Amino acid sequence: MDLSFQIQGGDFTSAGTASSQVRRTLKELGVDASVIKRVVVALYEAEVNIVAHAYRGLITAEIKPDQVFMKLIDEGPGIADIEKAMTPGFSTASQEVREMGFGAGMGLPNICRNADVFNIHSVPGKGTTVEITIQIK
Amino acid sequence: MTIHEIVSLVQGKILCGNLGKEDSVEYCFASDLMSDVLTVCRCDFMLITGLSNVQSIRTAEMSDLKYVLLVRGKTPPQEMIDLAKESGIVLIMSPYSMFKASGILYQAGLKGVY
Repeated sequence: MDLSFQIQGGDFTSAGTASSQVRRTLKELGVDASVIKRVVVALYEAEVNIVAHAYRGLITAEIKPDQVFMKLIDEGPGIADIEKAMTPGFSTASQEVREMGFGAGMGLPNICRNADVFNIHSVPGKGTTVEITIQIK
Repeated sequence: MTIHEIVSLVQGKILCGNLGKEDSVEYCFASDLMSDVLTVCRCDFMLITGLSNVQSIRTAEMSDLKYVLLVRGKTPPQEMIDLAKESGIVLIMSPYSMFKASGILYQAGLKGVY
């Protein structure tokens, strides 16, 4: 099953809608609750990252019997130093983002921790692509 | 501890959600930082937060939580209550600070997640 969502940068009211839809679908498919939690926590963090940092983005989720593969492509400022961005506690989030409860510098480490395979590629000035794979046991 | 006991201890008010007599919780996590909440692996805890917006409910939803205690007497926006209803989350508000609410509940026997 394939799902896709358009994400608008700065739209905090809708942030999490895509993750919520993926969660509902996985529940309907009877996927184990602990796997669902890992999928949606990783996806939600990545979705919030698009809303917080990018201009717009596209999320696709490919649900197969043995795994969930999610790809998040955004158009935005990109990340100049990915290694630094992966450091727990490091954040470039704006005050507005912090007021929404994010920007603690735990987003990318959280995604990484929950994913079985995690890839991130970024071009400064263009955007960032994140790929998350989680096995369904 | 039952949710009704918790509500009574923190002088709380249930804003939405279906609560049975048997509804109870053993663990709590208090934070205004949603990414910190998302690092907690277990899902059998109540979230105590002062973050009065839809993202605290979204975070509870992603964390598979059923109970959110909103502290500091904040009146949540209607969209937050609506999302809690839609997500089947019991939303409680308390006039107490996060420190006071957490202290009272800890003393009464609720445990920290770590």
